[in-house]
Amino acid sequence: MYIKRLFALLSTRNKEFVRDKSAFGWNIAMPVLIVAGFAFAFSGDIGVQYKVGVIHQNHATADAKSFLELKHIEFFPVTNIDKAIASVQHHQVDLLLDAQSQQYWINSESPKGYLLEKILQGVVTSKFIRQSVSGRVIRYIDWVIPGILSMNMMFSALFGVGYVIVRYRKNGMLKRLKATPVTAFEYLSSQILSRLILIMGITVFVYVGTNFFLDFAMNGSYFTLFLVFTLGATSMISLGLLIAARIKSEEMAGGLLNLISWPMMFLCGVWFSLEGANPIVQKLAEIFPLTHVTTAARAIMVEGAGISDIANHLIILAVQSVVFMVIGAAAFRWD
Amino acid sequence: MSSALLEVRNLVKHYADVKAVNGVSFALEKGTCFGLLGPNGAGKTTTIEMLEGICMPTAGEILYKGQSLGEKFRLEAGIMFQSTALQDFITVRETLQMFADFYPKHADMEMLIRRCNLGKYLDQDNRQLSGGQRQRLLLAIALVNDPDIIFLDEPTTGLDPQARRNFWELIEDIKKEGKTTILTTHYMEEAYTLCNEIAIMDNGKIISQGTPKNLLAAHFDDVVLQLPEQDVPDSASLPFAVHLRQGYAEITTNDINQTINELINGGISLAQLQIRPRTLEDLFLELTGKELRG
Repeated sequence: MYIKRLFALLSTRNKEFVRDKSAFGWNIAMPVLIVAGFAFAFSGDIGVQYKVGVIHQNHATADAKSFLELKHIEFFPVTNIDKAIASVQHHQVDLLLDAQSQQYWINSESPKGYLLEKILQGVVTSKFIRQSVSGRVIRYIDWVIPGILSMNMMFSALFGVGYVIVRYRKNGMLKRLKATPVTAFEYLSSQILSRLILIMGITVFVYVGTNFFLDFAMNGSYFTLFLVFTLGATSMISLGLLIAARIKSEEMAGGLLNLISWPMMFLCGVWFSLEGANPIVQKLAEIFPLTHVTTAARAIMVEGAGISDIANHLIILAVQSVVFMVIGAAAFRWD
Repeated sequence: MSSALLEVRNLVKHYADVKAVNGVSFALEKGTCFGLLGPNGAGKTTTIEMLEGICMPTAGEILYKGQSLGEKFRLEAGIMFQSTALQDFITVRETLQMFADFYPKHADMEMLIRRCNLGKYLDQDNRQLSGGQRQRLLLAIALVNDPDIIFLDEPTTGLDPQARRNFWELIEDIKKEGKTTILTTHYMEEAYTLCNEIAIMDNGKIISQGTPKNLLAAHFDDVVLQLPEQDVPDSASLPFAVHLRQGYAEITTNDINQTINELINGGISLAQLQIRPRTLEDLFLELTGKELRG
């Protein structure tokens, strides 16, 4: 009986969403427009700045120091060598220099790497060991697309569930359901499942559709990416349920949902990397599910990370889903 | 053990400082159509919502078939709220099917659709239904589980007279099946026509209860003479009290002949004289001093 009731609620909610052409269309159009806008905005060469990662900067040899004193090149310290080499492979860093052992890595296909190598050879007097790597260029659109997909999931999850439940509560629909044998658990499960199916369907559609034109970098497994998005969507839907658990006013719900979604949009690394951000901001960002979805999806798509590499994010998302769901269900009110 | 299908003992509901329901008790036998009457704010809806299990009483006890309200009650009760939103973009057929799927046993859908005259609208979006069609759909939803007890909270409010009478026929049909019905209404004619027992509520209490005829007989042995207000310009000169109400001058009397003679002697035209029996509305005015439709 439980399955029948669950399916009845699920099926009706899905029909309601799909037939609401304006809401459905907007859920698809918004991410496509954002992706298209970013692809257009960053389609040209957005700057000529040269980026050089430096290992052992504090123990640099005199020869290496002469290179590090050059102007108009951005030097930044590196501690994780493997990650920095991957960045050279993806053209995110133009040259990686070990200032102590006097060896460097460049991408043999990178024009900026070629020029930096020529400059290095012109400045230093001793021989530096050359390490060559290769790999496809990672454009800003490749980097930002996991964040945009995750952000779209967040808006759809929070507003699509939270706002709808408050509206149903306000107009008496939930009260009518309370008068039937449907339990709060059945109702909430149907809402989570319905929204999850719709979000995943739309995300796949947007991914495939925009990828057709933009050919994103996808260096990891589709299964792992699907797993991250599924857990991420579940976590954010559950957060929407938690917010809407008791509220009766749509205005109040809108305010609360905005209060939580806007900081997530800017603090969770959707648009820019949090690596150089204030440590407090970085810590704060870790409490939001969007940070974990974006970081894990980006690691899979850009760096080719596997499940074990992003296991911490998966665990956090799973725990958040359960915690939000349990508190939301316990606090839920029909009227 | 009581044989009542539904028994209510000393029901109380307080909201902060407001005593919405203050000690309501009654018992209903199977097959009764019970009307709860009262003006706005009398406590009818709060009482019926406690009976439906929608809100918890502050004190008191509600027994359905001798047991507290629980799973059995939810499976066997049909409820039509005063106002219920239906899901947008969903058709009448889909709405009925969804509610039917909530129950292990449900009514024959074809019969339900025929009974509530929904056949023409089955594929229509809920948003496109008229007031009467919508009320019939809400009634069909209340009947979808073939309930033993049905709660109807002001089911005809806002309907035009024709739609209201059609709705009454539906309820008469349901009564014939021996189902127990609890009805709240503002309309006295509705209560008089449909209910075989009524309770009048005011200030959270039942102030009178019984069959409509018995209640009227217990409180009145007179009739009301009605004349257009403009035909009685100097009512103070008459030897009896005249009440002005809704454009009419009303005189209550248990001696019609004498009253008519006195009106003739007072030079009042009787061309538009009407004589009507006492109604539940009169009873309510008598008991509370308030109009039923507050």
